[in-house]
Amino acid sequence: MATRKKSDNGATAAADQPRANPGVRTPSSDAAVRGDVEFRKGLLRSMLLQRRFEERTAEAYALGKIGGFCHLYIGQEAVSTGTLSVLRPDDYIITTYRDHGQALARGIPARSIMAELFGRQDGCSGGKGGSMHLFHKEHNFLGGHGIVGAHVPIATGVGFAIKYRGGDQVIVCFMGESVVNTGAFHEALNMAGLWKLPVVYIIENNRYGMGTALERASAIQDIFERGAAYGMPRAQCDGQDVFAVRAAVTEAVERARTDKIPTLLEILTYRFMGHSMSDAVSGTYRSKAELEENMLRDPIVLLRRAMQEEGEIDDAFVARLDDELKHAVQDAWDFADQSPEPSLDALYEHVLVTTTSDDYVAPRA
Amino acid sequence: MPVITYRDALNHALREEMQRDDRVFLMGEEVAVYQGAYKVSKGLLQEFGEMRVVDTPITELGFAGVGVGAAMVGLRPVVEFMTWNFALLALDQVVNSAAKMLYMTGGQYNMPMVFRGPNGAALQLSVQHSQAWESWLAHIPGLKVVAPGTPYDAKGLLKAAIRDDNPVVFLEGEMLYNTKGEVPDEEYVIPLGKAEVKRQGNHCSIIAHGKMILVALQAADAMAKEGVECDVVDLRTIRPMDVETIAASVRKTNRAVVLEEGWEVCGVGAQVVDYIQRECFDDLDAPVVRVHQEDVPMPYAKNLEKFAKPDLAKAIAAVKKVMYIA
Repeated sequence: MATRKKSDNGATAAADQPRANPGVRTPSSDAAVRGDVEFRKGLLRSMLLQRRFEERTAEAYALGKIGGFCHLYIGQEAVSTGTLSVLRPDDYIITTYRDHGQALARGIPARSIMAELFGRQDGCSGGKGGSMHLFHKEHNFLGGHGIVGAHVPIATGVGFAIKYRGGDQVIVCFMGESVVNTGAFHEALNMAGLWKLPVVYIIENNRYGMGTALERASAIQDIFERGAAYGMPRAQCDGQDVFAVRAAVTEAVERARTDKIPTLLEILTYRFMGHSMSDAVSGTYRSKAELEENMLRDPIVLLRRAMQEEGEIDDAFVARLDDELKHAVQDAWDFADQSPEPSLDALYEHVLVTTTSDDYVAPRA
Repeated sequence: MPVITYRDALNHALREEMQRDDRVFLMGEEVAVYQGAYKVSKGLLQEFGEMRVVDTPITELGFAGVGVGAAMVGLRPVVEFMTWNFALLALDQVVNSAAKMLYMTGGQYNMPMVFRGPNGAALQLSVQHSQAWESWLAHIPGLKVVAPGTPYDAKGLLKAAIRDDNPVVFLEGEMLYNTKGEVPDEEYVIPLGKAEVKRQGNHCSIIAHGKMILVALQAADAMAKEGVECDVVDLRTIRPMDVETIAASVRKTNRAVVLEEGWEVCGVGAQVVDYIQRECFDDLDAPVVRVHQEDVPMPYAKNLEKFAKPDLAKAIAAVKKVMYIA
């Protein structure tokens, strides 16, 4: 079984790469990374919302309200929350089919996500995408892509467009660790390294591509080192510690925004559920003991405990928050339940648009 | 009217569209410094600079995806494949990303982009470099598929493809790049989805697209000497197909030959024949005959290659067959 690299200081950048900030970062002492109490409460809220949402998603799936493939995010919430807490509203996000957590962490309304999972008209993709294809243009949330590796070149293209327009946005591209073995990953990172594009590639290493452990799929285990092939700064950090995630992502985002240099960041995490709703949580490709050991490092518990130890929150606060979020998810469920199915006319909508750029007038330079 | 090559017609279309719209850029292998593997992009790097005329590594899947990403956030990429044979490596991006993006996002993200390059066989390039892919691509809802056969059409259709807010597959012909034709200096755009009757005749319809339109016109010339006047319908756009123009022609002539470069099984011609039987069943005086590549990979040997390809002799034989001329 894979051994997790313990990293006390959050990010371990490769030594031979130039870094924007060469100092070793200790997140626990970094005020900017930790934010104030209200900010930390916001992080806890974001993570707990994802947990409660995904628990109800599993329930809705069992009841047949959600169909198809459905991949839960439980166990990985510090990655989405930590990463997206660093971004600006005008930055871009793109991800895989395990996309519920990031969509919630980005602020896409739970109602429109649940309605999408239910295949309803008010879903964020109009009921045509489903669990694997959540999109939200107002939030620059570029999906929700179902073919392993395919969205990585798309992220490179968004980085290209940012450079083309001379903007200072960045794009964050989430992917599972199995993506690094695809040709698309290699092609995409090579171009980003070659052209110096403002992309942060985040590998959410949850140790299994479906049921195949990393060591059974990749010739090397420290997969962030693959960044060396693209001349790309690279780092690895603990994905169960939201502050470690924030520290590593902050550095990578600053590098992309300011220096226009992409980063390959490997975030070590663990999925507490099966690959999708159709496989057992443990027993085939991983043992119950391994699962239980990893569940001891529940990212939500770690943050809650740290805040309680600092006296920042108490049990009553946690209970209130939990209650509020359970209600929010119930509200999303009710909304989705009541949202109409897409009209049959919608079947033929959105195959093609009818517009052209005939009337476009280029702005004067 | 000036007479220019198909290659220059494409070049002029690219130049004009890049001049009028700063969001349009060209990307692909050898498009910039090398001036284009087939010189379609000659001079564009010098005029527009390296941010808008982008040499890529040999990485079809990757740069097709880069185009998709750029299109998602408002640019208008023209992605050049050195040939469509290499584009097979990129089909996941063409089919799963570009064609489906509008649909799977519930209408949020359209894909204003063009995938273009030479398609079909040239001369003795052998099995892997001599293939016509239009039936594969035209199968996919969410794409438009265009295949011009003349310089005039090449320019007008490429301009329309670049201005279209949908992903457009644009199939050129390596053997067409040097062909010449009249192209006016004045700007024009040819709407996508409209076939053109390139020659009028009352006895038999020949329906073709791309390179095969030249063969169709030659066959019509040859048959005219025998007193058979052919209506030559150039599809120009394969998806969406202009069924109305096909049906009007066949209703007039009552006979049809369908000519294409690709293989027979599930080919573009099969779709044309289906439209004909649906729209013109009672108008037909003979079964429709198809002309296509022999059902084999394209061989290298000159004599075998010639025999494998659809050509003028086969087209004439097909017209005679539907005319019941022995």
